[in-house]
Amino acid sequence: MNIQVIIPMVIFLAIIFFIGFWSSKKLESSTGGFLQEYFLGGRELGGFVLAMTMVATYGSASSFLGGPGTAYTMGLGWVLLSMTQVVTGYFVLLILGKKFAILARKYNAITLIDFLKVRYSNSKVVVLLAAASIIIFLFSAMTAQWVGGGRLIESLTGMKYTTALFIFAVSVLVYVVIGGFRAVAVTDAVQGGVMVIGTLILLIAVIIAGGGVPNIMQDLLNENPNLVTPYGNEGNLSAAYVSSFWILVGVGVVGLPQMAVRAMSYKNTRSMHRALVIGTIVSGFIMLNMHLIGIFARPIMPGIEVADTVIPLVALKILPAWLAGIVLAAPLAAIMSTVDSLLILVSSSIVKDVYINYINPNATEKKVKILSFGVTTLLGSIVFLLALNPPELLIFLNLFAFGGLEAAFIWPVVLGLYWPYGNKYGAIASMITGIISYIALHFYNSAYGNLFDIHTVVIPVILSLLAYVSFSLLINKTKYIF
Amino acid sequence: MDPRFKIAHREALIGVALAIVHFIWWFGFAYGLGSKPVEEYSYILGFPDWFFYSCIMGFILVAITVIVLVKFVLKDVSLEEEGDER
Repeated sequence: MNIQVIIPMVIFLAIIFFIGFWSSKKLESSTGGFLQEYFLGGRELGGFVLAMTMVATYGSASSFLGGPGTAYTMGLGWVLLSMTQVVTGYFVLLILGKKFAILARKYNAITLIDFLKVRYSNSKVVVLLAAASIIIFLFSAMTAQWVGGGRLIESLTGMKYTTALFIFAVSVLVYVVIGGFRAVAVTDAVQGGVMVIGTLILLIAVIIAGGGVPNIMQDLLNENPNLVTPYGNEGNLSAAYVSSFWILVGVGVVGLPQMAVRAMSYKNTRSMHRALVIGTIVSGFIMLNMHLIGIFARPIMPGIEVADTVIPLVALKILPAWLAGIVLAAPLAAIMSTVDSLLILVSSSIVKDVYINYINPNATEKKVKILSFGVTTLLGSIVFLLALNPPELLIFLNLFAFGGLEAAFIWPVVLGLYWPYGNKYGAIASMITGIISYIALHFYNSAYGNLFDIHTVVIPVILSLLAYVSFSLLINKTKYIF
Repeated sequence: MDPRFKIAHREALIGVALAIVHFIWWFGFAYGLGSKPVEEYSYILGFPDWFFYSCIMGFILVAITVIVLVKFVLKDVSLEEEGDER
């Protein structure tokens, strides 16, 4: 493997490490309490970092390697589908919005579960159910992402998968463990920047290599006219299916704990307003760029078998080596920025939501500190071991975890914020209904094809809404005063 | 009720409204123009018309809308407990 490809990546990793050390210095000098600093960055995120960390956390291995790969196979219909993610740029912050940030401060909430705990009258069932689903689902998502990271380094450097995974694991662990949420958010901002620049360079290069957009479209038309329709290469991508992604990767994202926790981490409403603008533009820009790269790569490099390798292969083919190195830092950045967020979140769930809530409420600051570092390191090591024997199908695992969490959390969070009659019975019923119906429907859909031809997430989200509303009204109906 | 919540409720509704309009635009152009036979597609900057309007123009218009909302509609409030509106 060309050393020129590796140098930009090493520089990229060096910057990331530097941010980790910088954050750990800030952590030591902070006065706001260790937990708030370590798991929430002291609620001091500015607009740019907030926007970037939201976009980067969400733009994961699946959307960065799998997504363009699928666009390569399916055509413009998949780019249309990917653009449903633009909505996350404004929707999460506008919906959770100021009320969530105000209440989180009032409740002194550091995790999403802290918020749920106070809102649902200290219900132990709510807390433990929520913590269990975060730990289980995001753990599986994390493993899939680590596999993606290891595979990417493997394919770029020619190292063995185990070595590649080890390098990836150590890089992520070091800055997350020592720097906490602030390191995660600030490195996300750098990683987001790398993604914007990387995808832009590669898009321009692909368009030039393909002889301009009209030329590329003509090539696609000649090969298979379906590639330029919204219906996929075989004409079986239905409008209902594509539209259901508005729930999965669009509005449903409000329910994802890793997104919600960011909506309580910003400094003031000016940061939030700025993040709305930057987040919308950056998410749309990255999504459009990288999926167009996928489809535009088709006439240039026909016959790629493994979809996930489209981006690395095309970058290495059409760019000078050093530039390819910069561009290929982008998918690496995408994976890291997702993994780091999940890692710190799962760690916060264990330390704050389970340990401090129920096992040892009087733990000293010092003990909490050691435990936080320890749990984060341990989690990372377990994920590393699991990722050594990697499960198949990255996108599959990833979406399974995200969809299940969305179905579980969207209504307890959103209606908990805006509907005074929502209570703990509704929240419990909603979480159980969401997760169980998601898993059941998932197996049904994989056996018999998608029910109603829509993505698995839609029906569980509707069912969990019904469960939330009916249980809140039927059992112990009370009006909550915010 | 806390006056800040009134503002927050209004802005959440704006978010819902924007998402609905965004969806109608995205869906309308994609499947309105895209369901024609491929031979009848027209092309703008090289892209099929359905894609250009639905994904490229749609994205640009949404971004502009968000900028306008932030500049003229959304209100700054204090997030702290004791703070009043600035």
